[in-house]
Amino acid sequence: MPKRTDLHKILIIGSGPIIIGQACEFDYSGTQACKALREEGYSVVLVNSNPATIMTDPEFADRTYIEPVTAEAVEKIIAKERPDALLPTLGGQTGLNVAMQLAERGVLEKYKVQMIGANAEAIRKAEDRELFKQTMIKCGLDVPRSGVAHTLEEARAVAEKIGFPNVIRPAFTLGGTGGGIAYNQDEFDRIAENGLSLSMVSEVLIEESVEGWKEFELEVMRDRNDNVVIVCSIENFDPMGVHTGDSITVAPAQTLTDKEMQAMRNDAITIIRAIGVETGGSNVQFAVNPQTGRRTVIEMNPRVSRSSALASKATGFPIAKIAAKLAIGYTLDELSNDITRQTPACFEPTLDYCVVKIPRWAFEKFPGADPTLTVQMKSVGEVMAIGRTFKEALQKGLRGLEIGRFGLGADGKDADWNADELRKKIRIPNAERIFAIRQAMLTGISDEEIHKLSKIDLWFLREIRRIVDAEQQLKKVSVKTATEEIVWDAKQLGFSDRQLAFLWGSDEMAIRRLRLQQGVKPVFYLVDTCSAEFDAYTPYYYSTYERPPILQNEIAPVVPRNDKRKKIIILGGGPNRIGQGIEFDYCCVRAVFSLRESGYKTIMVNSNPETVSTDYDTSDTLYFEPLTLEDVLNIVDVEKPDGVVVQLGGQTPLNLALSLEREGVPIIGTSPQEIDRAEDRKKFSAMIEKLGLMQPPNGTAMKTEEAVAIAKRLTYPVLVRPSYVLGGRAMEIVYDEAHLRTYMEKATRVSPEHPILVDKFLQEAIEVDIDVIADGETAVVGGILEHVEEAGVHSGDAAMAMPPHTLPKSVLDEIRRASHAMAKELHVKGLMNAQFAVKDGVVYVLEVNPRASRTVPFVSKAIGVPLVRLAAKVMAGQTLKELGFTEEIQIPFTAVKESVFPFSRFFGVDIILGPEMRSTGEVMGIDESFGLAFAKSQIAAYQKVPSEGTVFISVKDHDKPAAIPIARRLVTLGFKIVSTRGTCAVLRREGVSVDEINKIHEGRPDVLDLVRDSKINLIINTPAGKETKEDETKIRSLAVVRGIPCVTTIPGAQALVTGIEALRKGYEVRSIQEWHLTIAGNKTPVRPVAGSVK
Amino acid sequence: MTQALLALEDGTVFRGQAFGAPGEISGEVIFNTSMTGYQEIVSDPSYRGQIVVMTYPLIGNYGVNAADLESLKPQAEGFVVRSLSPMASSWRKEKTLEEWLTAHGTVAVQGIDTRALTCLLREKGALKGVISTTDGDARRLVEKAKKSTGLVGRDLVSEVTCGKIHPWPEAPSVARPFRVAAVDCGMKTHIPRMLTQAGCQVTIVPSTVRYEELMELKPDGLFISNGPGDPEAAVSLISVAQKCVGKMPIFGICLGHQILGLALGGKTYKLKFGHHGGNHPVMNLDTGKVEITAQNHGFAVDPTSIPGSDVRMTHLNLNDKTCEGMRHTKAPLFSVQYHPEASPGPHDSQYLFDQFVTMMKTQRA
Repeated sequence: MPKRTDLHKILIIGSGPIIIGQACEFDYSGTQACKALREEGYSVVLVNSNPATIMTDPEFADRTYIEPVTAEAVEKIIAKERPDALLPTLGGQTGLNVAMQLAERGVLEKYKVQMIGANAEAIRKAEDRELFKQTMIKCGLDVPRSGVAHTLEEARAVAEKIGFPNVIRPAFTLGGTGGGIAYNQDEFDRIAENGLSLSMVSEVLIEESVEGWKEFELEVMRDRNDNVVIVCSIENFDPMGVHTGDSITVAPAQTLTDKEMQAMRNDAITIIRAIGVETGGSNVQFAVNPQTGRRTVIEMNPRVSRSSALASKATGFPIAKIAAKLAIGYTLDELSNDITRQTPACFEPTLDYCVVKIPRWAFEKFPGADPTLTVQMKSVGEVMAIGRTFKEALQKGLRGLEIGRFGLGADGKDADWNADELRKKIRIPNAERIFAIRQAMLTGISDEEIHKLSKIDLWFLREIRRIVDAEQQLKKVSVKTATEEIVWDAKQLGFSDRQLAFLWGSDEMAIRRLRLQQGVKPVFYLVDTCSAEFDAYTPYYYSTYERPPILQNEIAPVVPRNDKRKKIIILGGGPNRIGQGIEFDYCCVRAVFSLRESGYKTIMVNSNPETVSTDYDTSDTLYFEPLTLEDVLNIVDVEKPDGVVVQLGGQTPLNLALSLEREGVPIIGTSPQEIDRAEDRKKFSAMIEKLGLMQPPNGTAMKTEEAVAIAKRLTYPVLVRPSYVLGGRAMEIVYDEAHLRTYMEKATRVSPEHPILVDKFLQEAIEVDIDVIADGETAVVGGILEHVEEAGVHSGDAAMAMPPHTLPKSVLDEIRRASHAMAKELHVKGLMNAQFAVKDGVVYVLEVNPRASRTVPFVSKAIGVPLVRLAAKVMAGQTLKELGFTEEIQIPFTAVKESVFPFSRFFGVDIILGPEMRSTGEVMGIDESFGLAFAKSQIAAYQKVPSEGTVFISVKDHDKPAAIPIARRLVTLGFKIVSTRGTCAVLRREGVSVDEINKIHEGRPDVLDLVRDSKINLIINTPAGKETKEDETKIRSLAVVRGIPCVTTIPGAQALVTGIEALRKGYEVRSIQEWHLTIAGNKTPVRPVAGSVK
Repeated sequence: MTQALLALEDGTVFRGQAFGAPGEISGEVIFNTSMTGYQEIVSDPSYRGQIVVMTYPLIGNYGVNAADLESLKPQAEGFVVRSLSPMASSWRKEKTLEEWLTAHGTVAVQGIDTRALTCLLREKGALKGVISTTDGDARRLVEKAKKSTGLVGRDLVSEVTCGKIHPWPEAPSVARPFRVAAVDCGMKTHIPRMLTQAGCQVTIVPSTVRYEELMELKPDGLFISNGPGDPEAAVSLISVAQKCVGKMPIFGICLGHQILGLALGGKTYKLKFGHHGGNHPVMNLDTGKVEITAQNHGFAVDPTSIPGSDVRMTHLNLNDKTCEGMRHTKAPLFSVQYHPEASPGPHDSQYLFDQFVTMMKTQRA
């Protein structure tokens, strides 16, 4: 069937900010969809509030709305754009939910917008637990026994019938938010209550626990001719009970016979038909009883998902792209397989390798959070590794995680667990379980016992045992006695050079030299969808170790076809983590497009399956590999690049820069020495002094006593942190010596090889971020961003406004002057980010990073110039003058960046902002005034902006004067104010009408009661000092659970009140293309995207 | 572990570790791209004369069980994998793959770069090869491979067919059974099972069956099975099939399809490296719908070579546009090149067994 000609304009809803459970995989799917639809001549309207995405770059859609992804905002967009159709299945759960709300509110009907891909009825059938279950039973499929409840009483009745343990799953939430397994009545009540409140429709499903069963997923695609294919099967290493996003997963399934696999395939086909997903991809999850083989259906997602992104990368089958083409009427047999070109997309990929995905968590950022892995997802990123065996892929994945490990142990970094701790670590799922399994094996615990404790399939355990056994054998040899055979065997089992170096008391480079001398080199094999049955045209590679034949007539060509273009390798950022996420992938992708456009052959290296950079369509060649020195050098060996870009992927490639250069790898852009000069505190201080700039007084300490002495000299409070970290890891504001001593003990453990930096902390300073692009001669400011919160809140967590909303021109000019001076001094070629603190009109340099920063995508979107596009060309040798970018762009509107936090996942964790970054994502609000832009950013970040109701104000003494005008403005806006005694007295004295409420323990009802009963619409609560009081933490955590906005800084409160005032008149939506037209002197027509040129 | 060498007639020799029985065997080396179903594959009599290379590298993970066998024992001459699982994890497993192969004397080798080997076979076509655990001289093994007998013109069917006419033990699950004579050219066990499920009372007959013997069974329909080797070698069966055309509904699978093609006067030819896997898209030209199919054949029917205009192609392989099925427009006869009984592979094409029953029903009425 040909594509539909009755549709012209199609609306795509993006997934909004990066949150746990919804990360850049939806940028990958959305970007593919935008490209696929425009390729077919459709006009695409896109809405997504996330500025760090590739899809929201103006070239990717005809109209791009960086507006809140809410039904209200999208309705405005529909009214304005009048699209013919809405494709709801590519924007994650958020996109699906908003589409459903639009359908339910009658918006789609009113504006005659057709849902394509999956209609409202199919979505409801898949999402509504009871409806789903009934549909499954009608098809004769097995589902866990269950019941639905809308109140706690109903829930208890269901639990009585089913018994314990049982699972509670709220309907219409993301990544299983609010779900859990209950073993007893108390647990049950707590989880059920929480689940009911989090569910959009106050509904929870209680079901028979299938914890410990084998868990499988199938990725299914269907076209409108009812052709159905299974793209990929996935088996979870961690059995049922751990959210699939928190499980180590393996593709394809390993422990099912063909009979079982085909029966599961039949079920999946039955399900996609019964649910009625007309076209596109779905994900179906199954649980299989390991003793009896009983197979039950767990759930189905009628949309592309994190798993489908993984499946696409694992197989080479681009699910989102194909889903978009199917939605407009094509059938699978009409579309071709990009990789083989000769064969159609209507087939099932077959793999000749094993894929392992490992999640990455961030529990270290949330002390106090429960680190147990449950049915509620907690990981913030993931790594994927490809090998010819599970063992090889697992070890590659573990070293690709960038958690300081270089494989499955054997790296000298084992924790000190005793047998009891090991058993506990194995029994209760947690982030370290995989390492605990290895250590348990070493201490003599049997595979059978590990299986009993963990329910992890014995096949996986036996594979791990083979790695552990091999390690024991390897220990018996040394560099001198390691034969070629031994090295081959070790490499085939996935051991890294670092691990061998540890086992043989040598160093990484010595092992590398030995290995190369022996001829033990990796081969690079293709991900080709067909196990080599057909020739493949897409250079998508992974490394593996295969012994060559002992006799051979001719050597088959393994490395890429000849190409006369100069080659540039772009090193990506690896797995997402807090502090290094989608922003850096954005930068890598833009650089690839730019360099392709300039005629270079681009080679991307990355290990993160969620990203656009690992779409084989993005670069000329893709290596899906861990970003370690060993793996990158192996690629350099075969590709012999003309340049390697390290400044775009965040800290990951930067950490490799010096070592790569030492090996003679041509790093382009700012030199690694200059990067080091900015990172090394002593060299940095010398530079600041040389340039005559100001910086907070500071010192560098290796030992506790040194730190104490420095702090004494600087006077408290001081800001302490290890050098060479991103995302403010272990960064703290310290108010006294005792605290400093505790900190130093901990910090030297986190990063023993790096010194600790001690800075005088500037209280109540205004912080500023600046992004600069320079070519060694010219430096141009990309954008200056003023933080809303005062200095001390990590720049990744602070809200920011561009242009600055309070700072005078004189200060901004000083910031510009200092930035230019530093860019010139560091010979920056490419991007540079600097942070300043402004106190009493004096500008202090806090830090400078000669690399792409987190704010680059945001700034690029605001000014309408993709900075990385220019930076990449500069790195390749062009000047800014040649590129026509020599002047800072002034924008006649305000753009506000707001951060999004995962606190609702980590109950009990205090939400106070500090120098350690904890946000997972960001949104952008754009409007003519700061107030409206700020308000939009809050709405986009799903922070409710109340227009009426009650505000609870409780601030520390120091903030009380500043709270008075805020309270006054709120009263003028019609809000009722309640406060506890201290704040209440101050406000009353100033004539602000306020009700007094008891503090906790002062008698009931107290403030906690008000919060619990949702009688408060906004909380303004600044922490009372160095040690946050337990009571305050309780209030704030409960507010998160109840969805009550809670502001913890005075500037934040001021901004919010300004936002509330501005929002009184409502807001309009405007596309980014329209905003860019308002920029004076804008003559940049929208450029085509290099990556989409076929 | 014992070393084993795999030598190919083109001069390439791989070294790996032996598993299964010791010895030296030769055969045509072909690759199979199925990710599951190694047990069904190795026990499929169609692989007689062949050394099977699994492209999926991790084999043996779930062991072997009697219920999933396609014949009583391993049939492939030799088995080549990248990595054998030393343990089997499945609630249905009875033996490990290694135990089973060893018990039946099948020579197998692991630790081979099966992707490099597959690329070689893709470029050069199926090659003759030798696996040896006894001879360590690589060059001598290449010579042995060159001298070994290939598949063309070879009658392997007579090696794998049953000895005499006998009833299939299972009774049909539905009423009004149709009597089907199923010619066993090396028939996979799952075929009579599917026929029975569809409502047939199956009698298995050897490939050497005479026309008269066949007619004595008074069958409602004739089925011709899959099997190994070159279809042109099955001379007597081709002539028996020729006599049956128009007399009763006929259904052929794989080799059976090729035999019917020859019986109708057409020609068969050898494919470069054949179709062996579980993911080939085949379009049903009547409905326009695509089936994902299980495939295992090295020869194919050229439908244009069939004289007259009574036979039309019904199924098309979307990968290489070869003929995957045909139907006689006058006589009740149809056949498919692929495996609707799956085992291993997807179940998309099981409707063909019902189609056969419908044909017999129509014929009876």
